[in-house]
Amino acid sequence: MAQLTHRASALHKSIPAVLFAARGLATASTSPITVETSLPFTGHKIDPPSRSVETSSQELLTFFRDMALMRRMEIAADSLYKAKLIRGFCHLYDGQEAVCVGMEAAINKKDCIITAYRDHCIFLGRGGTLLEAFAELMGRKSGCSKGKGGSMHFYKKEGGFYGGHGIVGAQVPLGCGLAFAQKYSKDESVTFAMYGDGAANQGQLFEALNMAALWDLPAILVCENNHYGMGTAEWRAAKSPAYYKRGDYVPGLKVDGMDVLAVKQACKFAKEHALKNGPIILEMDTYRYHGHSMSDPGSTYRTRDEISGVRQERDPIERVRKLILTHDIATEKELKDTEKEVRKEVDEAIAQAKESPMPDPSELFTNVYVKGLGTESFGADRKELRTVLP
Amino acid sequence: MLGIIRQKVAGKLNHALNFEQGVGAVALRAFSSSAKQMTVRDALNSALEEEMSADPKVFIMGEEVGEYQGAYKITKGLLDKFGPERVVDTPITEAGFTGIGVGAAYHGLRPVIEFMTFNFSMQAIDHIINSAAKSNYMSSGQISVPIVFRGPNGAAAGVGAQHSQCYAAWYGSCPGLKVLAPYSAEDARGLLKAAIRDPDPVVFLENELLYGESFPVSAETLDSSFCLPIGKAKIEREGKDVTITAYSKMVGFSLQAADILAKEGINAEVINLRSIRPLDRSTINASVRKTNRLVTVEEGFPQHGVGAEICATVVEDSFEYLDAPVERIAGADVPTPYAANIERLAFPQVEDIVRASKRACYRSR
Repeated sequence: MAQLTHRASALHKSIPAVLFAARGLATASTSPITVETSLPFTGHKIDPPSRSVETSSQELLTFFRDMALMRRMEIAADSLYKAKLIRGFCHLYDGQEAVCVGMEAAINKKDCIITAYRDHCIFLGRGGTLLEAFAELMGRKSGCSKGKGGSMHFYKKEGGFYGGHGIVGAQVPLGCGLAFAQKYSKDESVTFAMYGDGAANQGQLFEALNMAALWDLPAILVCENNHYGMGTAEWRAAKSPAYYKRGDYVPGLKVDGMDVLAVKQACKFAKEHALKNGPIILEMDTYRYHGHSMSDPGSTYRTRDEISGVRQERDPIERVRKLILTHDIATEKELKDTEKEVRKEVDEAIAQAKESPMPDPSELFTNVYVKGLGTESFGADRKELRTVLP
Repeated sequence: MLGIIRQKVAGKLNHALNFEQGVGAVALRAFSSSAKQMTVRDALNSALEEEMSADPKVFIMGEEVGEYQGAYKITKGLLDKFGPERVVDTPITEAGFTGIGVGAAYHGLRPVIEFMTFNFSMQAIDHIINSAAKSNYMSSGQISVPIVFRGPNGAAAGVGAQHSQCYAAWYGSCPGLKVLAPYSAEDARGLLKAAIRDPDPVVFLENELLYGESFPVSAETLDSSFCLPIGKAKIEREGKDVTITAYSKMVGFSLQAADILAKEGINAEVINLRSIRPLDRSTINASVRKTNRLVTVEEGFPQHGVGAEICATVVEDSFEYLDAPVERIAGADVPTPYAANIERLAFPQVEDIVRASKRACYRSR
């Protein structure tokens, strides 16, 4: 199988199929295959969509590659953090890939996504590149935030990705605000405001949800329930961990978040609903293999058996691999080759990111304002370092 | 009592109030090999444990304080010792649990509310200010609020704009609050014990990077009755040429700067503020009247910062004694960047303190 050409862009949705030399993707059929989701959807105050999801060989192969790429990126980030090339906080998404990949399959770039700090893979899904991600993690110029944001503050505005937020729960009212603007501008698009089971108890979520419902905002609240808010299991934090029901008067859907086709179906359903009827909650039942962050071993509050059990029974990439093999869309070897390519792509991006220089010291003072108005700003020693803001 | 103190000679005042410094210093010189060392983390943990043992009304509430043993391990072992009624794990809901804590304090309990960092206290700041700080006043003494809000404050390393802010100036400006900022293990023990025993709401600003640092502690410090007075600064290093005020991690940087300055013949006096509110204006003024020059150091943003208040207080009370303009070293006037090289520029470094001190002594260039 010929090598895939080195691409800056991580995901293949944006690349014409003809550029792929890989047998699977280039020649893969787009004719519909119908697959049943692993579990039925459960609805709260709404009739759930059908379990039968339409997909295609090409889509399944794309799902496989995209999730494998994200998995590889997160594992590589783990090593970079241990090598001290990434500093501060680093929250990894491995295990949850199906949520952002399935979501992307149901939406377009005019729709908006906002999330908290576990944002690397969602960034890739919105069109971010591996180079931008790794360079940002390492605090370099080529980073998506020019090295000034770090792991928790990835953004891609032209791809409809509004970050990347460090304060638990804050992104939900912000997401409802994006939806407010979308409705105000009548642009027929929706916002997916993502949050975790830890954030699901935040008061500001309910304040924003109430307003979204009052004003029929096209806001879809997506709870990525990985069952732990840092070290606290959901049953210790929530009187009712049925997060899809927590909207009360707002309908909700419970989705197997490890099944990329279920996620796609749910997001498609939610988008249609939100454009007509206002907010809806999607609870994605998912799992993170890593601890809360690189500072958390993730094993003091969960058993290793639980973690390996999920990996064996519910891994999102393995599920798609099985589907691909069962439907004879590709061979095991071809899929392994894809994984090797993806690994190489990640390694090359890291090497390139390492070459990117650190930001220029003058960047300390850029982007404080859009319009500086001649304001002075100062360094730590105001008589040694002072500047007029650009 | 304050009036009497004001009349005393500055030197005696400092010695009297900083007796423990003398003890510590003697212990270091004569018995340095046997002086006990304690990390700030252990100092805080032991203070919490002792105060909880002494008073059943004291309880701890916050995220991961119990089963997780504390996000930064400050509350390690306390759940096992005191049980889940007194070490309460909360959901990630600061506005809610801070309000609950203040309500419990209204009813006579003595809560210690932990914020995983003070950045998250912004979600709860209405309760800290409006529900806690102002209640004793609004109720003309009926509703007192014996609560402590504690947690790491200021910058860590590479944690970005939303996780690096110093809140000393914001909380320090609010009447009704007491605001403390320990530096050493002795500070941590003595000030936390004082805060828990205090009948008013106390904001207790720790520092993540200091948790693992060890400091010598005297036998007196280790005693369970040990307490430091709130509102009193400590002169960490006596000097005569320039006064450097600092709190928290910046005390360490200022002491390093003082060592460098000493080699150049400048004898700096380093004041560890310990208390942001009440601010120990008398110690600061007494020092400036002795040295005639002042450098204020803080990690927080410069405008309306702690240094600005110290400068104003010295200009008001000791104007004729100033031989040079007051120098302010503070965090850069920008949100905190992530990249290591520019993050370094965003916070005071030892060389900034040295440079400003030399300027104050007319010794630069």
